Order: sequence, then C-alpha cells, then structure tokens
Amino acid sequence: MSATPLLRVSGLRKFFPVRGGLLGRKVADVQAVDGVSFEVARGETLGIVGESGCGKSTTARLLIRLIEPDAGEIVFDGFGLGDGMTLAELRRQAQMVFQDSYASLNPRLTVADTIAFGPRVHGMPAAQAMTLARDLLRKVGLDPALFAGRYPHELSGGQRQRVNIARALALSPRLLILDEAVSALDKSVEAQVLNLLCDLKAELGLTYLFISHDLNVVRFMSDRVMVMYLGKVVEIGDVETLYADPRHPYTAALLSAMPSMDPDRRTAEAPLAGDPPNPIDPPSGCRFHTRCPFAEDPCRRAEPGLKPAGDRRLVACHMNDPASGHSRAGRQGEAA
Amino acid sequence: MTPASAARPLVSVEDLTVRFDTGERVVHAVNGVGLTLAEGETLGILGESGSGKSVTLRCLMRLLPPRRARIGGRILFAGEDVLAMDERRLADHRGRSVAMIFQEPMLAFDPVFTIGEQIAETVRRHEGLDRAAARRRALEMLERVRIPGAARRLDAYPHEMSGGMRQRAMIALALSCRPRLLLADEPTTALDATVQIQILLLLRELQAELGMAVIFVTHDIGVAVETSDRIAVMYAGRIVESGTARDVVRTPRHPYTAGLLASRAEGAPRGTRLGAIPGAPPDLAHIPTGCAFAPRCAVAGPECGEAVPAARDLGGGHQASCLRV
Repeated sequence: MSATPLLRVSGLRKFFPVRGGLLGRKVADVQAVDGVSFEVARGETLGIVGESGCGKSTTARLLIRLIEPDAGEIVFDGFGLGDGMTLAELRRQAQMVFQDSYASLNPRLTVADTIAFGPRVHGMPAAQAMTLARDLLRKVGLDPALFAGRYPHELSGGQRQRVNIARALALSPRLLILDEAVSALDKSVEAQVLNLLCDLKAELGLTYLFISHDLNVVRFMSDRVMVMYLGKVVEIGDVETLYADPRHPYTAALLSAMPSMDPDRRTAEAPLAGDPPNPIDPPSGCRFHTRCPFAEDPCRRAEPGLKPAGDRRLVACHMNDPASGHSRAGRQGEAA
Repeated sequence: MTPASAARPLVSVEDLTVRFDTGERVVHAVNGVGLTLAEGETLGILGESGSGKSVTLRCLMRLLPPRRARIGGRILFAGEDVLAMDERRLADHRGRSVAMIFQEPMLAFDPVFTIGEQIAETVRRHEGLDRAAARRRALEMLERVRIPGAARRLDAYPHEMSGGMRQRAMIALALSCRPRLLLADEPTTALDATVQIQILLLLRELQAELGMAVIFVTHDIGVAVETSDRIAVMYAGRIVESGTARDVVRTPRHPYTAGLLASRAEGAPRGTRLGAIPGAPPDLAHIPTGCAFAPRCAVAGPECGEAVPAARDLGGGHQASCLRV
C-alpha cells in the first residue's frame, strides 16, 4: 500500500483558555488551531505558511504532542496514535527542529553528547552512540574532530542549527518537522542550511513538514503548500500552481505582499489593510472576511469548508463554492 | 541658496570607526565607514547581523553608551559636527533634526502614558507649542500615518494597539517635529508580511510628502529595494559596495553582494542547489587583515589579505571595495 500517506491529520483542534477576573475563571479561548486536516505523502515536503497567530507552530507541536490537542486524529504510516502506535514510537519517527538554535540545546552538554543522548535513552551502548554522533556531525557538514567536544556557546547560529538537525536525525526518523528552522539565520548561512536539508532528504529518504513565514524559502523547499489563517487551513495545493494562481484571496494577498526585488517595479499598493484580527475572538463566518476585498453577506454568516478546486487543490472560500450564494461563486471554481 | 550650500550633503560621514571595549576583548564593530546623504534622499544600508549597520545608524544620533563605545572619524549633519555636540545641543538634535524608529515600538513608548500625551510632549519640548496645539499636532500626525479612528487612538495606551498600529504610532512620534533625517532600524522586521508592506509603503509616501532624508537599515534585500534610492552593502563593519538600488541589485560587483543575491531562494528552481557563500561572517574581535570577506571569497588571492581594498569608482556613483573589479 504505497499510497498510504506517511502522515494523516484530521480535525485537529486546540483552544487555549484565557483566564481572568478574581477567581481565574475561563473568560475566552484563543482558537489557535480549529479543525485542521491534511496529509503528507512519503518523501514529500509540505510547506506551511501563514502570519503570526495562524496556528502553524501550534499545529507542529500538536503533531508530536508537545501540546495536548482538544480533538483530532493523527495517523502515522497507517497506524493511529494510541491505536497501533505509541506516543514514544511516534516521537522517534517524527522529530522536530526549532527556530531558536540556542534554546533547543542543553548548554551543559557537548555537541556529541547532545546528539548521542536520544539513542542512549533508547538503549544504545555509549560507545556506539558516540560513533553515531560523530557520523551525524560529518553528515551535517561539521568536522567531528573539531566540533564533537564543543559546547553550544562555542558555535555560530548556523553551526548550532546543524547540530540540531544532526540530533533530530539521531533516531532515524522518517518525518522531520522544521519549524522556522532557518528563520533566525543570516541569509548567507540560510542558503547553506537549505542545501543541507535538501541533501539529507535525498540521501535518507526523509519527509519534511516545512513551516516558515518566508514564502520564497517555502517555494524552494516544498512540493505542496498549506496556507493557514487564524487557526484554519484556507488553501492547500501543489507549490507551483498555488504560487502561480492562488485561489484564496488571502493566499493572493500574502503572495503580493512580498517585497519586490526589482527597483523598477516596486509595490504600488498594499494588498490588505490593517492587522490580522486577534485569535481570541475571531470573526464570524469566514475568518478572513474582515480583511477580504471580496467579502459579501454569505462570508459573514457561514464558514466556508475546504473544498476541491481542481489541480489537486483545496480551497476554503465561498467564491469556490457554487452553492454558497456569493456573487462570484463558480467563476473561479469552474475555471479549474 | 548659494551653489555651495545646495551641493552640501545633509549628512557626511568620514572614516567612522566604533570599538566596543568589554574589558576582555575589543569588538571592532565599525571599521572606516564613509557615506554622504543628500537632502530628501533615501539610503538603504543592507547587511547581516554583526555587519555594523545598526551601530553606524546609532552614531548619527550618538545613541551608543559613551563609556563602552569608542567612536572615531567625523560625522557632519548639515555642516555641524555631531561627535562634538554637548548634551544640550544633542537633546535638540535628537527628535528635532534627526529622529529614529526601531524594530520594537514598545521600547520607543513609555507604557504608562497615552500615545497622544507622548507625541504632544515631544512637540512641546522641541517647538514650544501650548498644550492644545500640541494635541492638535498629535492628532494630525496619527491621521497622517493612517491610523483609523485617530481621535480615539490619541487616548490609547501603547499596549492597547496591535503591532502594526503601534509601528504607525511610533512613526507618528518620530515625525512629529518634522525631522530632516529619519533613521529606520529594521522597523518592519518583526511585522507580518501583509502588515510589513503597508508600513514600507507608508514610509515611502511620508518621505515623498515631507521631503525628509531617510536611512533605512535592513537585512532584507526586498525591503531595501522597496524603500531606497541608493543601497550601501555592509560587511564586517565596512561598506563594501554602494550605488543606486538598480546598479547594486542588477549588476552587483563586489563578490559578497553577488553572493548574497545568488544565495536567495527567490526564483531558484526546486531541486537545484542555492549558491551559498561558504563559512560565516568573521568574529569582530579578530577581523582578518585586508579584505574581511577574503576567507569566504571564491575569487580571493593572496594580495586580498594585504590591505583593505579602497573603494573603486565604477561610474554613476556605483562603488565597490574589491581588488577584482
């Protein structure tokens, strides 16, 4: 069954309670992730983009249960979590690399000890774990003779991120979740780490979930892209079709908000006004309607579902649903 | 206006050096920066962390801690020596002639006063307006930076505003006394993409409306292109290349600039390798002799390590400090 996706997520939801008043009662919820479903095929890179508060990082943390979800199902390689697969096994198979390369390393451990830590916890003899650590250092482009005995503060940001990648690989995972993993790096170093990630993926047959706010980097890395807004998936599709012909007005706005690289074609007009709304009290109906240039009555009343829009694409927009009552409905959808 | 004063630049920086002495080590943050800026011109300073771009900017307002920072060279603002100003003169210079906006607006505002009070206070201090006139100016400024419901926002506290609105309010504060020079230190880096472009366009519009000069410090080439007439690229405390935005982006001549542009993921086909620059920027306590980029440079030779290459003129105001051009 090679068609089984490596990861299938359905109905993932997480609301964080906001407490207030004298008794610390719950007064509201931050609707961080609300009904998120997607699949990642073996060997694929799925990019997740969106602005702060859209739920992309929370989604990543929910996947490996760094945060406990309120609802939702996670199926890894055909086995449901808690139903054929234990959490420990899921966490071995799915590893994560974070944005802050310094905070994610133990300052008291040498680089080699950090990398060997996971395998030793999983029962690997010390000598063998050290050999593995040195092999992995070589694999991420750090000479073990120079780096194995160093501490995190003795490394540059790019080197530390390489160590984090080596550590993530130490348990031979199949899925790597990269949460803004290159965002803190300088541009000249970022390219090195992106090249490394591409090499490792090809060599080890990995699957990536690549989360970033940088649309250029996501385009370069991803096969498919998922766009999130205020805890919801608004569009998901193949990277080239999605970038060339965005169907959700938010995707279109996000793409045209990218600064121009051409001095003769500078951006003339901002695609959206205002800031993203607060996820504590998200707008009714379609959460994007308060900023959408095409919003009509149905957008304020009903929440659009994620529906097929041709080209292996899903879009959550009333304009994509002929039954929605939106005056532009059908026009875009039929073109597909 | 005499021809001489018309030709005089608003800002002229000559051989600026900044050393931070921590006791244990001396960090060479800026190592001989020279630049000029005409009235009404926008200059983008592009560089990675540790390139000295923010430190250079802070020198123009003398914001560096005097005990730890040793500043050398010369900075002239409208002909006046900024490094020779006493505290009283500096207090007038800051806010009135030169204003600055930062990445984090919460640091520019006092959390216990309303936005309106803080703008009004600045105007009263520098222009001696009365309370009512200062409040009118504050309102006018909030409207100018397109804050919706400006009259209501006058009485809002900084924490009551969203990130983009706070950034607009900080711009209103900085421009409230009509400075001749605005210094912008990565003011959009912490913002979301759809908000960043709004602020970039706002700054461009205000620059055209008010005719002030702007120095925009950023690590993002796209941001520099959107905002700047000219771009100066910094590496290890030196300007390695400068010119019109068009020349620098389309025909970069310094290998570092060329490398930065080639390493961008933008437009690179998937499955190809990015043209990454090897290695990492130098430790500013131990800058290599000669060209600081030489250890990472694909075309460097032994002569590059001998002396810091002088800026070479490439025509049209385009300059690069490299022996290979």
